[in-house]
Amino acid sequence: MGKHVLLVEDELNIIEAIRFLLSREGWQVDTHSDGATALATIKDMRPDLVVLDYMLPGKSGLDILTELRADPAFQALPVLMLTARGQSRDREMAERAGVSRFMTKPFSNTEVMTAVRDLVQLAQ
Amino acid sequence: MASVNQLIAVSLGYVAFLFAIAFFAERAAARGRGGWLRSPLVYTLSLSIYCTAWTFYGAVGYAARSGMEFVTIYLGPSLVMIGWWWALRKLVRIGRVHRATSVADLISARYGKSNLLAIVVTVMAVIGVTPYIALQLQSVTLSLSIFSGPEGAGSLNQFRAAFWVAFGLAIFTVLFGTRNLNANERHDGVVIAIAVEAVVKLVALLAVGVFVVWGIAGGLGPMMDRIDTSPIGQWNMDRSRWVALTALSAAAFLALPRMFQVMVVENEDERHLQIASWAFPLYLMLMSLFVVPIAVIGLDLMPAGSNPDLFVLTVPLSEGRVGLATLSFLGGFSSATSMVIVATLALSTMMSNHVVMPVWLSARAEGAQVSGDVRDVVILARRASILMIIGLGYLYYRFSGGGAALAAIGLISFAGVAQFLPAMLGGIFWRGATRWGALAGLVVGFTVWVYCSLLPSFGPGAVLSVATFDNGLWGIGWLRPLALFGIEGIDPTVHAVAWSLTLNTAVFLIVSLVTFPEPLERLQGAQFVNVFDHSTQARGWDAALATSEDLMIMTQRILGAEEAQILFRAEARRQGVHGQLPEPTQAFLQHLERELAASVGAATAHAMISQLVGGASVSVQELMAVADESAQILEYSNRLEAKSDELTRTARQLREANQKLTALSVQKDAFLSQISHELRTPMTSIRSFSEILRDTEGLGEVEQTKYASIIHGEAIRLTRLLDDLLDLSVLENGQVSLNLDTGQLGDVLAQSILTAQAGSARHLEVVRHPGEDPVRLMTDLDRLNQVFINLITNAQKYCDAAEPRLEIDVRRTDTAVEVVFRDNGTPIAPEARALIFEKFARINDQDGSGAGLGLAICREIMTRLGGDITLDPTLKGNVFVVRLPQLAALAAQ
Repeated sequence: MGKHVLLVEDELNIIEAIRFLLSREGWQVDTHSDGATALATIKDMRPDLVVLDYMLPGKSGLDILTELRADPAFQALPVLMLTARGQSRDREMAERAGVSRFMTKPFSNTEVMTAVRDLVQLAQ
Repeated sequence: MASVNQLIAVSLGYVAFLFAIAFFAERAAARGRGGWLRSPLVYTLSLSIYCTAWTFYGAVGYAARSGMEFVTIYLGPSLVMIGWWWALRKLVRIGRVHRATSVADLISARYGKSNLLAIVVTVMAVIGVTPYIALQLQSVTLSLSIFSGPEGAGSLNQFRAAFWVAFGLAIFTVLFGTRNLNANERHDGVVIAIAVEAVVKLVALLAVGVFVVWGIAGGLGPMMDRIDTSPIGQWNMDRSRWVALTALSAAAFLALPRMFQVMVVENEDERHLQIASWAFPLYLMLMSLFVVPIAVIGLDLMPAGSNPDLFVLTVPLSEGRVGLATLSFLGGFSSATSMVIVATLALSTMMSNHVVMPVWLSARAEGAQVSGDVRDVVILARRASILMIIGLGYLYYRFSGGGAALAAIGLISFAGVAQFLPAMLGGIFWRGATRWGALAGLVVGFTVWVYCSLLPSFGPGAVLSVATFDNGLWGIGWLRPLALFGIEGIDPTVHAVAWSLTLNTAVFLIVSLVTFPEPLERLQGAQFVNVFDHSTQARGWDAALATSEDLMIMTQRILGAEEAQILFRAEARRQGVHGQLPEPTQAFLQHLERELAASVGAATAHAMISQLVGGASVSVQELMAVADESAQILEYSNRLEAKSDELTRTARQLREANQKLTALSVQKDAFLSQISHELRTPMTSIRSFSEILRDTEGLGEVEQTKYASIIHGEAIRLTRLLDDLLDLSVLENGQVSLNLDTGQLGDVLAQSILTAQAGSARHLEVVRHPGEDPVRLMTDLDRLNQVFINLITNAQKYCDAAEPRLEIDVRRTDTAVEVVFRDNGTPIAPEARALIFEKFARINDQDGSGAGLGLAICREIMTRLGGDITLDPTLKGNVFVVRLPQLAALAAQ
């Protein structure tokens, strides 16, 4: 399995931080910050991992995930979802929609990287 | 010795004399010169019909048999008169206000004009008074027999004599009492005649008394000695009998039909009662003064076994004083005749008004028609009733054997009429008394009286079998007529009085408590109990019957003034009568009844009209009260309707409030999510980069500086967000205190521009249009400054033109000063325009430095300052308008 990650996030500073963390571990990091076009980009790029923000301009991360899982080709794609909303209902909704991992911001760098490694191992 | 024929001649002469007095009195009254006929003295003397032949002859007999106990018969009425203020005054006032014609009329009127009750009372009164009339026949017959022979036996057939006496009394009463008929049931002639008779019997008794004390005993001193040595001189008080008899005579005094007739119906002026309250007890005292001396002398002089009831006659006769005996006879005769006349008059009024007339009216198709022939029917009914009542008295006399002592018969009668007392007193003092309570009490009390007092009076084996006396009715032991409920050893009179009145009162109270009065009953009850509140001074008895005015007033109360006037005017026109008021013709009354029935229902309308037109015993005042009541009910139902509307409104308001609260709750959740997001986002960057700086070895200096700057920037963003949140919270809760000051609008704008540009690196050209009038402000200048800075900063951030530019213009309108901010960036999308003043509404927030609270704060500030901030729709650029009220802008200097 390759190490190609697509980071869907609209906060510039958070993109900067995650990019730093992942690229240090040898990941190829692509970013996308518009919710409305994110699904097409994912399908187009076919990354090995998607890091998806919950609140995005245009379309929410939850909607993107739901639509993604509806496509059989992307049912196994590991998706790590991040949210700053902090409501327990969001986690339930995301799990029902088929999220691989769900984390609440602010996260610790170690946690994120552990989660990414787990997901990669699971996929193999 | 006077012969019976002489006596009859004297009696007839005396009657002719009374008749003449009555005749002239009535003629004087008819000419309006009868003022003296209605003096307090005449009123007091007329009350003396309480003293009948029973009192005249019987009191001496009573004293001879039982000593001082006869005093109770005078004690009861004296107590009632002395305590007139308490009960009698109210009774008289009610009787006058409600135009009561009899006891039956009073009771039926109190309990909702129940005719059933009137009939029951009438029947009971007739039965109760019958022994009393028999008593009068007996006394007259006995007194005649004294003159007829040596010992009054044999030569005179006492039953035949009694029949002729009865016949004579009936004729006398018919002639006296029904010569004419007027609606108020008053008899001036009768009243003056009985006043004269009162004097005659008092004089006669006093004469005999004086003769006995000074003529026989030889003065006061020897008389007192003889009394002291006599067995009846001892005070042998049987306490229960004294209490029972005093109470009984007091009750009978109030409830006897003939007493009601003279006390209430014939009352001219309530003030007469005040004088009678001491004068009548005085009269009674005089009547009783010589009772004991006559009894004592009689017992001494007369042979053993002679009838003590007749001592008043036999003592003078035995001393050869025929003249005195004749006077005494006339006294007794007066007592008997006055009682029979008034009693039968009162009873015949009841009979004809409550029994005969309702039957006669309902038997005719045109029952409600009031025409001339009704008068004849009434007079006929009265005369027939008089004959019937005296006939019944004669029959009672005949079948009771004529042998019982006078006093015993009188007490039986007293106990019978006393049964009216609970219903009467309850009715005038207790509003809770109901028709069914009165009826049940009367029937129970009367039944007990009949069983325990009236029927036993005929003697064992006459009506009640000997077995019934010994073993009770149907062999039930506790139903023995002289030992009810197994309580034995009580004096028969006390027994009958105690049981009948106790059960009567108890049943009356209990049934009243468990039944509900009907509206008319409730109304009458209130008017009776509160009679002194309702009537200022009693209405005269001569009040006219219903007039068109009365009908008009009543109709107005029911239909309203306007409609009533239209109705009456139309009828007047149809009748060809000038003015507003038509004649109350039969056709009009029927028409009116139909009109009223539409408002108050057929029954009420019929009752109102018929009573207003035909009823002599109903006051217009009462009808007005009924009309008022229905008006109140109408008003009450209107109020209910209003209340129901109000409830509907309240329910709708509650529903709306609930919806609003639900919406607010949703908004609150959304707001908390937003806050969380806005706080966590900068936190994420800060935490992540601080961990990178801490954990990453050999990080380049450039990166270190860059990441530290990010942390710094995000920390500032966080601080600003918290500041904004606090600011907004304060503004929204209205806790902000405005710091009012005066200043120039131009100065505020200049300062805002300076501050905004100092804090931003992005270039923005700010153009202020010259030529604006200097505007002096009176407002919170710092807050206004905050709004301006926010708008300029937003333009700096979001204006996407190649050469961003902001024009600031000041306009004055009639009511406000407007500051216009116009930039040359891309216009905000129309669908976003409504949102931009909401919290966290960030439109195209590229660098993420704003929390989306700025414009929400601006809007709150402007609201506090009494103005507003709007976004004008444009095709090019964005135009924000800050509007300040005229008040904030002072006149330009």
